Amino acid sequence: MEILRTENINKSFDDRKIIKDISIHLKQNELVSLLGVSGCGKSTLFNIISGLYVPDCGKVFLNGEDITGKPGNISYMLQKDLLLPYYTVLDNVCLSLVIKKGMNKKKARETASPLFKTFGLDGVQDKYPSQLSGGMRQRAALLRTYLASNEVALLDEPFSALDTITKDEIHEWYLDVMQKIKLSTLFVTHDIDEAILLSDRIYIMSKNPGVITDEIVIERQKPRSNDFMLTNEFIEYKKRIISSLK
Amino acid sequence: MIKKSRSTIFKLAPFISLITVFLIWLILSEGGVIADYMLPSPIAVVKAFIADFDTLMKQASVTLTEALYGLCTGIALAFFISILMDRFEFLYKAFYPILVITQTIPTIAIAPLLVLWLGFSMAPKIALVVITTFFPITISLLDGFKSADKDAINLIRSMGGGKLQIFHYIKLPSALPHFFSGLKVSASYAIVGAVISEWLGGFEGLGVYMTRVKKAYAFDKMFAVIIFVSVLSLVLMAIINLVKNLSMPYMKIEEQNKN
Repeated sequence: MEILRTENINKSFDDRKIIKDISIHLKQNELVSLLGVSGCGKSTLFNIISGLYVPDCGKVFLNGEDITGKPGNISYMLQKDLLLPYYTVLDNVCLSLVIKKGMNKKKARETASPLFKTFGLDGVQDKYPSQLSGGMRQRAALLRTYLASNEVALLDEPFSALDTITKDEIHEWYLDVMQKIKLSTLFVTHDIDEAILLSDRIYIMSKNPGVITDEIVIERQKPRSNDFMLTNEFIEYKKRIISSLK
Repeated sequence: MIKKSRSTIFKLAPFISLITVFLIWLILSEGGVIADYMLPSPIAVVKAFIADFDTLMKQASVTLTEALYGLCTGIALAFFISILMDRFEFLYKAFYPILVITQTIPTIAIAPLLVLWLGFSMAPKIALVVITTFFPITISLLDGFKSADKDAINLIRSMGGGKLQIFHYIKLPSALPHFFSGLKVSASYAIVGAVISEWLGGFEGLGVYMTRVKKAYAFDKMFAVIIFVSVLSLVLMAIINLVKNLSMPYMKIEEQNKN
């Protein structure tokens, strides 16, 4: 079932066309990546989908409802974890429940607490973000995003600030967590391996102006693991993506 | 081991220097190097403090009342003005220069005017304390609000939060460390401001007491009250530090992480 769709999104800044006629869709429980080089307008598209920017023309639909320019419907997560240093990890994670879903603090804590185990964050509830490692912080940010999401989460290069080894670990973890929770995800990345490993489908985006040039379905069954990256199948996908990025 | 003993020395350093200054003072005055009427000996100062203890406490309660009323009003005013100036850009542009100009006027010059306008009661003293304290707090709050992370603000917006929530969850907590550094400066201004305004007209308070003992050439008492005033400022700053640590427990953890 289709859950999110954009129709012919266009956006210019100072007469420069950033993105042009972007029409993409996301099905329930699907992970779709938006892959493109830096500066292709991925983040602009993101801000439009999350409602923070209003497109010049085009529309965004969530479950058939027009949410163009209306923030608060879709949760998103950035490369910067944006955990607030003055709240404990638990309260950071609860933030979306309090603001978005209007829960009181106690109820929010009760809702969020059981998920700490699922997300591999057990025992850090009462710590402050500064006491966590980079990987842990991204996990906490993802948990906050998950709790904020009604159905859809936008992840904007969430793991790109992590070092390679931590990144491998967090990919493994991410694939594992996604088996346990249901989340339809639109994932922005410039990392080809990451896109193939995690996605059900990949949109390739080119720049000047940003348009969708290709759409690739990754047929590999889930659950996947990092071993997928060592197969010929993976390399074939990679070849195809590299050629369409050119 | 070496590291540990070094850190002990570092902790003791301020006490050692204080004791050294005290000893030099003691030797200079007791040894007769400097005449008694120019620099009374610390022993005489302590004696004067003990002899005048009741009076000092009574006067201090007046000065502290003025300082605290003034400081609290200053804080309230600073919050009010800085929130408005942060919310409306044109107010910021319009009033920032005026704020700076008010700070270039020497306190000692406006104090007599305030007495003229408001009389000899507590009002002109409190007014002076308000004028001197609200500025550092306003500026630090404004800087604090401006330092709020734009992405964090967008995050709250993406959760459907409005201006009030952005203020509550992002702007106010981001401004808190700035607020406390402004408040610390203001706290010492508050007591000094109250004392200065008492010099220039009044019937009660440490400032009035100070002018009286000065006119009587009782320098031991003069020194006693000067030291007492700075101790009061230090106590007030220590209280503020305590409140700061209680209201921002995460700061302490961050500092520990750095070490």
